[in-house]
Amino acid sequence: MNRNASDILIVGGGAAGMSAAFAATSGGGTNITIVDDNPHLGGQIWRAELGKVRNADAAKLIEAIEAGRIGVVNSAQVFAAVSENKLLAETPNGTTEFEYKKLIIATGARERFLPFPGWTLSGVFGAGGLQALVKGGLNVKNKRIVVAGTGPLLLAVADYLNSKGANVVAIVEQASARNINRFALGLWNSPAKLIQAAALKKRLFRIPYLTNTWIANVTCGSPRVSKGVTSNAAIKSLSLNLNRNGKTQTIECDHLACGFHLVPNTELAALLGCKIEDGFVSVDGFQRTSLNNVYCAGEPTAIGGVEASLVEGKIAGYAAADNEERSRELFTKRDKTRRFGNALNTAFALRGELKTLADNATIVCRCEDVQYEKLAAFDDWRTAKLQTRCGMGPCQGRICGPATEFIFGWKPGPVRPPIFPVKLENL
Amino acid sequence: MITIKLNNSDISVEENTTVAASILSSGVDAFRRSVSGEVRGPLCGMGVCFECRVTIDGVRHQRSCTTLVADGMEIITDE
Ligand SMILES: Cc1cc2nc3c(=O)[nH]c(=O)nc-3n(C[C@H](O)[C@H](O)[C@H](O)COP(=O)(O)OP(=O)(O)OC[C@H]3O[C@@H](n4cnc5c(N)ncnc54)[C@H](O)[C@@H]3O)c2cc1C
Ligand code: FES
Repeated sequence: MNRNASDILIVGGGAAGMSAAFAATSGGGTNITIVDDNPHLGGQIWRAELGKVRNADAAKLIEAIEAGRIGVVNSAQVFAAVSENKLLAETPNGTTEFEYKKLIIATGARERFLPFPGWTLSGVFGAGGLQALVKGGLNVKNKRIVVAGTGPLLLAVADYLNSKGANVVAIVEQASARNINRFALGLWNSPAKLIQAAALKKRLFRIPYLTNTWIANVTCGSPRVSKGVTSNAAIKSLSLNLNRNGKTQTIECDHLACGFHLVPNTELAALLGCKIEDGFVSVDGFQRTSLNNVYCAGEPTAIGGVEASLVEGKIAGYAAADNEERSRELFTKRDKTRRFGNALNTAFALRGELKTLADNATIVCRCEDVQYEKLAAFDDWRTAKLQTRCGMGPCQGRICGPATEFIFGWKPGPVRPPIFPVKLENL
Repeated sequence: MITIKLNNSDISVEENTTVAASILSSGVDAFRRSVSGEVRGPLCGMGVCFECRVTIDGVRHQRSCTTLVADGMEIITDE
């Protein structure tokens, strides 16, 4: 087994983790390591495109990290904790043990997915999911794409796909125009965001933004199974039925990119025993968790966008480097990003109608193929899990857990190691 | 450009492409079969849903969305 010992260990190389690392060095910390499961730094918003991070600010931050004395371990996924201050990560070369004095958890968020008839068809992706695939080299030029679900991520994804030559047919947003407008008005308090929003609106003005609208179901004309390699990637079209204020509208497209805002990745924090409240990791002003030497920054503490992740990362980084004065200077800024995050989450709250999208035969747990009707009979996650295997597959309930929490109100069960499936020889 | 073998056909892809992107770009949409036999492909694109699993260089159940292509890599889907 490989070993690594750091004074400050950071799990997650996204906006929060990188800004924590940079603050920790500039605050006087030494012997700092970032461990991340992607091949490149950047996290979600700054995910590398064919190996390169395009955003100028992010590229600068990465350069500073690589030039500074910060260790970066990519393609390493933390899956377990051994003893009080050691974590295990699976890497392409086996398991590495990471020992730390202080730990900063910056594991980000994932998309929330909700089951509806047809959501398991190929051609249906997450919204951020399709964006990530395109950043990984998938060509979407001239593809007809519908971006659907909820949240500001839909706009970012539509903008991105548009810039890659896709034909974004519509953006389908379940939230009401009233809620979104109220949220947009709140942006007057943050001019930078307002300018961003205005620029985005200008770029997307040709694309219909259908509010109060959601996907009822998706079908595919001919069964979409292709295993043979073809020179001309022939895609069979998807037919989407939308529910628009009670009326049905049908749209044809090649891909559906659909996600319902974000859920925090709290598994590592929960595994270590950090206090979790209402689904998020509890932290104090210095981003310290209920464990004295463990900090948490970015989306596991609240869904608040990249600005929130950056400032929380800084606060945690300074604090972990014993430079609490510099952390304190950022409290006001952090609190402002929190208010923005709260307004965002209120504006894009899920409507109750989405709980009834799945029909009896719709698969809810994609790992174990558990259908809605099998689950509807149970009162809680634990019993459903034991009786149906829902949530027992390799994703460990990361996809069906947030869905069943929304649909049935089931609270997630305790987190057990390994938090990601690991090859036997690496356990 | 580098050359990989996808379901026994040679294809050439740009460096730093993910295995998932190169599979989709080749017109293949059957990544794996679900436990009840449905065809599945990538959902999350970020390594959490495990829907994009394929066989890479003989090792089964590898997440194709978080793996980058390498010269001579052999990928089998829908096993
Ligand atoms: C798919 C997706 C796409 C998004 N795209 C955009 C966008 O285009 N624009 C935008 O404004 N916002 C986007 N967001 C929202 C985005 O999450 C935030 O804006 C920003 O990336 C948050 O930064 P963060 O550092 O808190 O988390 P992240 O950027 O998510 O970084 C967390 C990092 O930790 C890694 N990690 C998690 N668990 C482990 C583990 N156990 N071991 C090792 N590494 C681990 C993750 O792989 C990731 O690299 C997206 C979110 C998602 C889920
Ligand atoms: S697409 Fe979800 S794990 Fe690869």
